[in-house]
Amino acid sequence: MTGKTITEKILSEKSGEDATAGDYVEATVDAMVTHDVTGPLTIDVFEDVTGGDGALAAPDDVVFTLDHHAPADGVQAANNHNIVREFAAEYGANQYEISDGICHQVMIEEGFVEPGDLVIGADSHSTTYGGLGALGTGVGSTDLGTAFATGELWFRVPETIRFEVEGDLPDGVYAKDLILRFIGDVGFAGATYKTAEYGGSAISDLPIHQRLVLSNMAIEMGGKAGIVEPDERTATYLEDQAGLDVGIDPDLAADDDASYEAVYTYEGADLAPQVSKPSNPENAVDVGETVGTPIDQVFVGTCTNGRYEDIRVVADVLEGEQVAPDTRLIVVPASRAVYQKCLETGVLEALVDAGATFQSAGCGPCFGTHQGALGDGDVALATANRNFPGREGSMESSVYLGSPATAAATALYGEIADPREIETTRYDDHAVSDVGVVR
Amino acid sequence: MSVDDSGRAWRFGDDIDTDQIIPSRFLVSSDPEELGEHAFNDLRPEFADGVESGDFVVAGENFGSGSSREHAPLSLVGAGVAGVVAQSFARIFFRNAINLGLPVLICPGVGDIDDGTEISIDVDEGFVYDHDEDVRYDAEPLPPFLQDLVDEGGLKPYTKRKLESAD
Repeated sequence: MTGKTITEKILSEKSGEDATAGDYVEATVDAMVTHDVTGPLTIDVFEDVTGGDGALAAPDDVVFTLDHHAPADGVQAANNHNIVREFAAEYGANQYEISDGICHQVMIEEGFVEPGDLVIGADSHSTTYGGLGALGTGVGSTDLGTAFATGELWFRVPETIRFEVEGDLPDGVYAKDLILRFIGDVGFAGATYKTAEYGGSAISDLPIHQRLVLSNMAIEMGGKAGIVEPDERTATYLEDQAGLDVGIDPDLAADDDASYEAVYTYEGADLAPQVSKPSNPENAVDVGETVGTPIDQVFVGTCTNGRYEDIRVVADVLEGEQVAPDTRLIVVPASRAVYQKCLETGVLEALVDAGATFQSAGCGPCFGTHQGALGDGDVALATANRNFPGREGSMESSVYLGSPATAAATALYGEIADPREIETTRYDDHAVSDVGVVR
Repeated sequence: MSVDDSGRAWRFGDDIDTDQIIPSRFLVSSDPEELGEHAFNDLRPEFADGVESGDFVVAGENFGSGSSREHAPLSLVGAGVAGVVAQSFARIFFRNAINLGLPVLICPGVGDIDDGTEISIDVDEGFVYDHDEDVRYDAEPLPPFLQDLVDEGGLKPYTKRKLESAD
């Protein structure tokens, strides 16, 4: 018998079957999340299948956030918020308010995700939970609404593609650069229906906030999930962030003889900062190929790179400096907790002094409808996960994707800049400990 | 759906993401008809006014990539689209479409079908028929598990039955 990937182990555990890639299983989910955009449709489905008089199978495991239109930017959005609030109150589900944060960050901070869990969300970036060694995947409202009622969902057990990175990453190269490179190499649809499993010494050396970036963007290669083997760092992070006391099951790792559809290997030392050119994340190139591109707006935030450590990198570069005169910098923390930490540590002050616009927590311009939407002809660089046509506003705008360090360098110069050209001691992310405290 | 039920093909290219199918500013509604009025709003503004009930969307590789928003296939249902045929689909869109009862076929040959072609699809047999050129394109069959789900009417009837049998 061949060994199993982490994905096969989790789906075996949750379905009670010996699950192998290609099988169809029905599995019990540990947590479910939806938000102000997909939530109302999910509620409609739940009420349809239960005839309007049913109960949530596990209300404690159901989470609603209000993050995409936060605060509400119009009457319809406000009404949708009220639909979510009223449903959550009536059925006893967990509900978080505007500016509490983006669903994925809230799920992690509030302790809804543990290593080995199976988590579904009506948001494609539910893959983020793989950074904690959970199997997280995005589903539609019908899938989620039925799972609200039953606590279960069917899954096709995905094949796995493994990405191995060995050695140390150069200064100025972050998890964001790794994942952009992976997507560039595999292609936008290269991991469709599959799990991306990340391993190797460079990955185990990554602090958890960076592992979450790898998992978050697995969907940008079509992935059903993106997963990193959990370890003691994971346990420490969850204790600090969410007050969880989790033990790490040594069996929650890929078997040596696990079967992979493909294995991609990289030497960390060979990697450079990456930028994905418009209008597809797979258009990843070494930053040098884009250096000098004039940028109208830099956006730091989202479920990809809106954590404290990301924003801290930007503040460290811009402290005592000014954002370039023809460029706007918008910073949106991923959660209220991130906002508070920026406030307490002086990061907020440094950014506002440098000329940044600092918004309340939420998805911000990444949803494309408000709070920083791009106009015709605008060119932006974002720490987000998507640069599709019109993603952040006008179909005539364009978005480059990069790491927070690349975003900081770009904001400083007003054109895409190589973060390695800035004094690296100013944002040495490798000195950021797992528990989110900058040494 | 039989071969007699034909409609025009609305031809799209590769990597049509869910933002293009239904732009984010319209996601404040969950009503299929209202969403249908804005399907492909920015990518192909003439679609919503021109589409007729029973028409088909024909696309290249990786149709429906991006967001999990079920509003994307729902907008096509609302617009009266009778089915989507693509060379390949993104995972969540494909699953959402099946859950909504919107017929979807993976059909590698449809890259040859032009805009405005009169076509039919047969989900049970798994093929697309081009009436203009008198050509049949074979689709990939659905896996048996999914076929069972479709035969039962989708995930909602399946779940209702499961809930009733648990009572």
